[in-house]
Amino acid sequence: MKILVSLKRTADPDNANKVKVAPGGVKIVTDGLENKLNPFDEYAVETALRLVENGKVRIAGDAVTVVSFGPKETTTNIRQALAMGADSGALFLSDDESLDGDLVARGLAKVVEQQKPDLVILGKQAVDGDSNQVAQALAELLGWPSAAFAMSVNLAADKKTVTVGREVDGGVITLRLTLPAVISVDLRIVSPKAVTNNVTPATHAYTDGPRFAPLPMIIKAKTKPIAEAPLASLGVDAALKVKYTGFELPPKRQAGVKVKDVGELVEQLRTTAKAL
Amino acid sequence: MSKILVVAETSGGRLKKTTHSAITFARKAALPFDILVLGHGVEAAAQELRAFGAGAVLAVDDASLAHFVAEAYTPTVADVARKGGYSVVAVTASSFGKDLAPRVAVRLGAGLAPDVSRVEAGAALTYKRPMYAGNAIGAMQVTTAVQVVTVRQSEFEAAAPSGGSSPVSAAAASPAPGAERVQFVSFEEVKSARPELTEARVVVSGGRSLKSAEGFKTVLEPLVDAFGAAMGASRAAVDAGYVPNDLQVGQTGKVVAPGLYVAVGISGAIQHLAGMKNSKVIVAINKDAEAPIFQVADYGLVADLFKVVPELTEAVRKARADR
Repeated sequence: MKILVSLKRTADPDNANKVKVAPGGVKIVTDGLENKLNPFDEYAVETALRLVENGKVRIAGDAVTVVSFGPKETTTNIRQALAMGADSGALFLSDDESLDGDLVARGLAKVVEQQKPDLVILGKQAVDGDSNQVAQALAELLGWPSAAFAMSVNLAADKKTVTVGREVDGGVITLRLTLPAVISVDLRIVSPKAVTNNVTPATHAYTDGPRFAPLPMIIKAKTKPIAEAPLASLGVDAALKVKYTGFELPPKRQAGVKVKDVGELVEQLRTTAKAL
Repeated sequence: MSKILVVAETSGGRLKKTTHSAITFARKAALPFDILVLGHGVEAAAQELRAFGAGAVLAVDDASLAHFVAEAYTPTVADVARKGGYSVVAVTASSFGKDLAPRVAVRLGAGLAPDVSRVEAGAALTYKRPMYAGNAIGAMQVTTAVQVVTVRQSEFEAAAPSGGSSPVSAAAASPAPGAERVQFVSFEEVKSARPELTEARVVVSGGRSLKSAEGFKTVLEPLVDAFGAAMGASRAAVDAGYVPNDLQVGQTGKVVAPGLYVAVGISGAIQHLAGMKNSKVIVAINKDAEAPIFQVADYGLVADLFKVVPELTEAVRKARADR
């Protein structure tokens, strides 16, 4: 089983309200915000690892490779995934401004052609651009079966199919995909029993959330290989299909009043806000 | 000449209200538009769509489209768009639209404008879209001849019928060889008597302070129903397993903008605010007076929710009964 996971580094989402816009609205400025691994991509790494494990032990012969597109500093975020347990990384160097979801999907399609994984797992969206497009576009480019917004994944014992529960409006759609396939993961994929592979015993419950890397793994990650190459080496057309013409900050909402009790709240809702 | 293909969303043949936001988008873009409705047993949905001023309603009724599987739907949408010479394909950014649109864009070699909150008509359409959990707004254009757009439902109000009777024509489903390797197993629908989150006039949401699934059931739900509201939740509450993710309001969940939003025991993390800060009136109940939710709330009540929510429930019931 070979799994490829795509990573993006994003400005610290817990401080996204500190982003600024450069004079003239020419770009978004994230100075001072730490670059973190996109949370959904962290879940994608966790999903991949659970699929290649028998409980706490790695299944021999299985491998997880992580790949990212971005500047040199992205290496830090790739190391984090390696410390979690991924085996190797690849970084295709590019400025952030030269990338968008469409180009990343086309780049990933080339990487898939080279590496021939059985499964590609991605976060459902990066929390900076909020585009939610790469996994779907990649599946279409490859002509591979896919499931977006996965909240559960079950790999069949014969490793030929994967059954995926998709979080959609109004419920859960379950699909069975013939591998190779593309999956994008949603929040609950990291709940303790969401990922099963018919190897790890059913009694094994993972800790909720993506795993923390213990110190020995962090040290080990420093010796794991990260292949670097310019984006151009993939032979993709670098032209973007969209063009941002400006950025602005949203209007700020003003804080209102504090009410002293339920009676006053109801009165305000009825008379002032006319919302009751 | 430029024209828009609006892709309608159906479920079990029924037209979904998300569709009406994409129609509003088309009207605001000020270009002629047609509506494509696809599924199985969509005759009534097609009839319903005749009243919105579309040049035509194109109906694709096929057993292979009975359930939404992206691999099955994509070739048909792309082929209809290509054959009809449409310059814009628009669909609401529901889980359906978010799944479908990027694929259609690839098929058409089109650029994608995802989850737009505004459109400015003109020689080239300019889109505004929230980024960084709504903390920045980007203005963008698509530079390819054909463009694909997904439309944020909370920012494009549902279109009302404008009269008229657009002609309905049947179109054929395209072969979808890729769909053979995707087997639809089931759709477990969460049935609720409550309004849908994205359509409700009042939304009452709970956070982790409700402490359990039981807390949602016994404390929050009576308030939800007293308001006749939809129920939402913070990501923390979903993470803790109190309620399904389907109820999550926030950057990566549902984005809502109701007339009244009541946040109960929600601290107001950035990613939650991204999903509700455009609500008309916001009420926050939290025992932590410093909780960030109070910075966006019109009315804040610093109190123990387990004490005041039942009181509020009673008061709302009474107020609504008196109307």
